[in-house]
Amino acid sequence: MKKDLNILIVGVGGQGTLLASRIIGQLAVELGLDCKLSEVHGMAQRGGSVVTHAKLAQKVDSPIIALHDADIIVSFEKLEALRYTNFLKEDGVIVVNNQEILPMPVIIGAKEYPQNIIAELEKTTKKVVVVDALKIAEELGNTKTVNVIILGVLAKNLGIEMEIMVKALQKCVKPNFFEINKIALEKGYEI
Amino acid sequence: MKKLMLGNEAIARGAYEAGVRVVSAYPGTPSTEITEAVVKYDGVYAEWAPNEKVAFEVAIGASFAGARSMVCMKHVGVNVAADPMFTAAYTGVNGGLVIVAADDPGMHSSQNEQDTRFYARSAHIPMLEPSNSNEAKEYIKKAYKISEEYDTPVFIRTTTRLAHSQSFVTEEEREEVAIKPYQKDITKYTMMPASAIGRHKAVEAREIRLAKDIESSDINTVELNDKKLGIVCSGVVYQYVKEALPTASIFKLGMVYPLAIERLKKFANEVEEVIVIEELEPFFENQMKANGIKCRGKELFSKQGEISVSIIKEKILGISQNIEKKDLPVRPPVMCAGCPHRGVFYVLSKMKLTVSADIGCYTLGAQAPLSAVDTVVCMGASLGIAHGFEKALGKEGSKKVVAVIGDSTFVHSGMTGLVNAVYNKSNMKLLILDNSTTGMTGHQEHPATGITLSGETTKKLDLVELVKVLGADSVNVIDAYDISGLEKLLKSELEKDGVSVIIAKRPCALLNRNYPSAFSIHDCKKCGMCLKIGCPAIEKQKDGSAKINPSLCVGCGLCKDLCKFGAIEEGKK
Repeated sequence: MKKDLNILIVGVGGQGTLLASRIIGQLAVELGLDCKLSEVHGMAQRGGSVVTHAKLAQKVDSPIIALHDADIIVSFEKLEALRYTNFLKEDGVIVVNNQEILPMPVIIGAKEYPQNIIAELEKTTKKVVVVDALKIAEELGNTKTVNVIILGVLAKNLGIEMEIMVKALQKCVKPNFFEINKIALEKGYEI
Repeated sequence: MKKLMLGNEAIARGAYEAGVRVVSAYPGTPSTEITEAVVKYDGVYAEWAPNEKVAFEVAIGASFAGARSMVCMKHVGVNVAADPMFTAAYTGVNGGLVIVAADDPGMHSSQNEQDTRFYARSAHIPMLEPSNSNEAKEYIKKAYKISEEYDTPVFIRTTTRLAHSQSFVTEEEREEVAIKPYQKDITKYTMMPASAIGRHKAVEAREIRLAKDIESSDINTVELNDKKLGIVCSGVVYQYVKEALPTASIFKLGMVYPLAIERLKKFANEVEEVIVIEELEPFFENQMKANGIKCRGKELFSKQGEISVSIIKEKILGISQNIEKKDLPVRPPVMCAGCPHRGVFYVLSKMKLTVSADIGCYTLGAQAPLSAVDTVVCMGASLGIAHGFEKALGKEGSKKVVAVIGDSTFVHSGMTGLVNAVYNKSNMKLLILDNSTTGMTGHQEHPATGITLSGETTKKLDLVELVKVLGADSVNVIDAYDISGLEKLLKSELEKDGVSVIIAKRPCALLNRNYPSAFSIHDCKKCGMCLKIGCPAIEKQKDGSAKINPSLCVGCGLCKDLCKFGAIEEGKK
């Protein structure tokens, strides 16, 4: 794994991106790296577009990732991945959950949900990983594992060892949810 | 032990370690989590107050009594607390008193982006601004020392990016600070002209002493590197500067008021050019210029919004970022599926009423497709504004005006507006949307929920009895989901003389998540009726028909009530 790591986690308020950022924070502890996480609270959480910045390095200054400086964008929703591509490094990775949540302008018919989002993302970078996390989670029998499945994909693409990820996970979830989340993490890692 | 903490959690930790005993606050993004975190520490009493003014007065009382106390608020809360604050600057303290004020540059969750630093200058209260979580914890402890040594309240200023960013904090032991004895002293604690004249002198003397001492304090730091460029900055902007300009010389202000002017002059002499980088107003820049320090600031950087690493690189290094412009549908925050406010705003919009709304989740009623809100100014303003409409336009002219406020906001500062309307013979119509919580800030208790910050049950403020006692001529309670009932009730109340209050009651949809099954649509006639309520769970298909997204629907049934064709079905358990 590289020493400096900028991870941008995006999605829709209410999708539960906060557990993902907590696990990444714990990952920094396990790796002995400095870390800053920047979250969104308040109004935007009500179904709005939400962004979490996670930065890991020997020493982190700004808690916010600069434009074109994210190693990886992890998106819990397709349109949100497209919205934040300006943050991605030239050779960066996009992990995108293949789920569409329609924003209000689309719901009321004032705007159309963009077509061919994946193709658009592929114009930005060669490394686009599409995950059907909801389907995998349903197969696992627990739709709440979507975020951990996506984290598994992230870990694989960043070359983070499974063992360390499991350690970080264990410290962030309640003991009775650990097993199912561990399986979810492994499922994501296998993609 | 090192631990990742939000800036707000670190402030709470700092207060605990500093031996703070009493904390009072009203929730407000981005300050809310401080109070939620500090209540968990042993030895700290913490509470939600009905508003920031009361919270401030509680903190003053605890300080006078001899305990270290803290009051926390968002920037606009400082406006509410300004009255006791300006005079607390005169009385000074007994136990240390710290005011945490959280600014929101960029307005992530606010109605303005005022710069609280001006309050420090205007009230003559020293202000510190930390740049990361660990510093936040340390600065709180320093603030108590300054407070007691200089006999003054002390501000800690944060911004959203500090409050809501996590970084590592080294936890230390709590310092047990004994309660100082209280001694009656009307020259210090009773502010009437004779004593206040004396205290004003003390305030000025204190500020001169502090400004002199701050010149040699280690709270401001100078990093001399490349002497071509010297940056003056504070708070989280320092972190952006470190990343954007790693070779620049930096004067980092830990104390943002009063400024260490002599040391800044020295710094300016040591570098070829000084650039001040500060979010919002030219607070440092103007004071530096007034003291003859040549510098640039706001000619490069905007007074609006946040500063970032990219903006600094662009303005100072001329590196412009290649930003691809995209025409994507925006995703503004919306009322949640099942939100009890939705039906109310649908009715208000349908009746084409002029709605003077307030601060809370229901502000979202302004957005399409509900588009029901006309005015929003500040906490509690809805009542005064509706009353003002009537006094300007007369009874007939203002017949379509309705004030709308939430339960927590009504308790915060709506009650006095109601008293005024009754007293001044208004015909104001008021809707209180009682969702049994403080919603937007993340579900905090308040006097009308009957539960305290620490989770204990307490005497519950009865809103119905309250508005009756305040003198409302007509008081009705209705289920917020009953939209036809509400429409009928509104029509009849709007015809009445006198002050009417309708309490639309239904707990926030996020409070009890034991939802009925998702509804579904069969044989849709494409009339678009159900789309008018702006529910995130109802999606318009390409062929014009509506579809319910089962993963988002919480089964509130509002859409079913609206469908004239009976196409919407309840979900089966």
